[in-house]
Amino acid sequence: MKRIFSVSVENRFGVLSKVSSLFARRGYNIESLTVGETHDPTISNMTIVSSGSPHDLEQIEKQLNKKLDVIKVRTFKEEESVSRELILVKIKYTASDRSEIIEICQITKAEIVDTTDSNMILLLCDTPDHVDKFIDMLKKFSIIELSRTGTLAMKKCK
Amino acid sequence: MNGALLLVKSLEKENVSVLFGYPGISICPLFDKLTESSIHSVLVRHEVNAAHEANGYYRSSGKVGVCVSSSGPGATNLITGIATAFADSIPMVVITGQVKSEHIGSDLFQEADIVGACESFVKYSYLVKDASLIPKTVKEAFYIASTGRKGPVLIDIPVDVLRDEGYEFNYPDEVKLRTYKPTLKGHSVQIKKIINELSKASKPIIMVGGGVKLSDSIEEVLQFAKKHNIPFVSTMMGIGIGRDDNPLYIGMVGNNGSKFANKAINEADCLIVAGARVADRAVKQPDLITKDKTLIHIDVDPAEIGKNAGPNIPVVGDLKEVFIELNKFEEQFDFSDWVNRINTYKMTREGLRESTNLYVDPKEFVYSLTGRLKEESLIVTDVGQNQIYACSNFISLGAGFITSGGFGCMGFSVPAAIGAKIGNPEKRIISLNGDGAFQMSMAELSTLKQENVDIKIVIFNNKSLGMIKEYQHLKYNNNYTFNELNGYPHFDCIAKAYDIDYRECHSNNEMEDCINWLLSTKDTCILELNVDRDAFTCMNI
Repeated sequence: MKRIFSVSVENRFGVLSKVSSLFARRGYNIESLTVGETHDPTISNMTIVSSGSPHDLEQIEKQLNKKLDVIKVRTFKEEESVSRELILVKIKYTASDRSEIIEICQITKAEIVDTTDSNMILLLCDTPDHVDKFIDMLKKFSIIELSRTGTLAMKKCK
Repeated sequence: MNGALLLVKSLEKENVSVLFGYPGISICPLFDKLTESSIHSVLVRHEVNAAHEANGYYRSSGKVGVCVSSSGPGATNLITGIATAFADSIPMVVITGQVKSEHIGSDLFQEADIVGACESFVKYSYLVKDASLIPKTVKEAFYIASTGRKGPVLIDIPVDVLRDEGYEFNYPDEVKLRTYKPTLKGHSVQIKKIINELSKASKPIIMVGGGVKLSDSIEEVLQFAKKHNIPFVSTMMGIGIGRDDNPLYIGMVGNNGSKFANKAINEADCLIVAGARVADRAVKQPDLITKDKTLIHIDVDPAEIGKNAGPNIPVVGDLKEVFIELNKFEEQFDFSDWVNRINTYKMTREGLRESTNLYVDPKEFVYSLTGRLKEESLIVTDVGQNQIYACSNFISLGAGFITSGGFGCMGFSVPAAIGAKIGNPEKRIISLNGDGAFQMSMAELSTLKQENVDIKIVIFNNKSLGMIKEYQHLKYNNNYTFNELNGYPHFDCIAKAYDIDYRECHSNNEMEDCINWLLSTKDTCILELNVDRDAFTCMNI
């Protein structure tokens, strides 16, 4: 079972390590983790995607709540959330690939953000599913470098 | 004033009168300023004992213990003691010196990332980078350690921060922590559910754990049991809450517990767990417990509820507050038939003692000794067979019982006993040790002499690591290996080296005499018991 934890924490040194070591120590899985400052500079927000049995997921939430640097834990399923991921891909291309790559970008709404005569960097911001599909579509080309941010998520307004 | 003096003043504000520690270059500024204070420092012989002494100090006095060490090896030596306290939810403030701020991370001489190393077994930790934050940090540390689910809090302070001059002392009046608000008041709907459940139950039972002692709710829990005639059992950490002259008290549960207490739990249709973890040592297959009974779990730590066994009725709250609420209900039930039935399971020990001139039977020794102890006494056990002998044969008539239940840390007894004596000088402290465990802690006899405290030390000497042997008997087909201690040292010579009175008890026939001697000797003394190498506790793992 997959679950998203949106965790507000004190924006202090060492907090990321305290939270991630909790997952390591208790054998919980981290699928992705993103951290950033919020509108309040004393608070950071972590979005952690984890999976496990319902018992594990409940324990993760309780153990996170127990950490003294954690201000609030919100937990929700993927379908209850708006989630996005950012990906950057550097690929090598030839004149014959070029139009197909541009076509893929048009379909997926990816951007070409940097080019030379042999390499280009593509950027996409979309749901984690779409990012996966985008990577699949690019696999036939030669990928030099790929970097994705991990999921950023917020519970829907309802 | 400098950072070290801010620290001393802050400790004074927290009414600290004693601390346990060991010096080193990084923590010297603190000891330098302690000479200006009435706080007494106890110089231990190994840092781990500083933590165990602070542990015993809390358990006998109810005051948060403080231990101090230097950076690097001094700090890492404390780790086992911190983890021991954490496993039993013992409040403690740990202060470690650190290398200069500018050198942190450069692997300098005696540098260790103690905050990182202790992360998973402290309740909270601080690395103080600015001397002006010392008072606030100390205030928070004591508050965090002693509220909610209690536990150790670590304060790591670089030496330059301790030496930094030019501050004025202002101690904050209150703690403001937006992330820490433990739930103390139990939810009224959940509490009402307990009463409803009792109205349906015919064989309820209460299991009391260490949390009942830690929350100072013994009186309230006993009152609740008495009001409805509900029988209760105890975990190892809860020993001492129930007294053997109370017909409602059935005994200790678990794989080292009494058969009838376990039988009572198995037969019960409603189990109220109060301040216990429902861990593997107390309950076999905790996940199956709700199959044939309603489980009500009351604990101040929400993460503990449902961790090992899924309760039907979870109640988060401080036990004292929850039981005060429970005792207010007008409903009154009477389960005395059920209590009477359980009491028929109890076995008598009459005639169990063999008359032998060969060995001392450790079970009979604990039984005879503790049968004579009341409120004036406190038993501190170590870990190994002596712990099992102690908890399964303890006669509870008011004496306190201190043990390393969660972590099972060998070498705990002597230092914890010293801490307990310093915390409560009126008590008679009896430290039970195996010959293995005692050899881990006997350097502390020197601290004991220096502090002039009076501890009655018992050594169960079977010249081997009996618990290991017993385990090899049960699980490794009697392949006895790596458990031989070779009969050294001669404990009479050790006693002599420290000017401590010593006596050996050779056999059951001398037992009463030796117990008389132990209890009547004026100062610290060591009683060595000649225990059969092949004596087993007969635990049922």
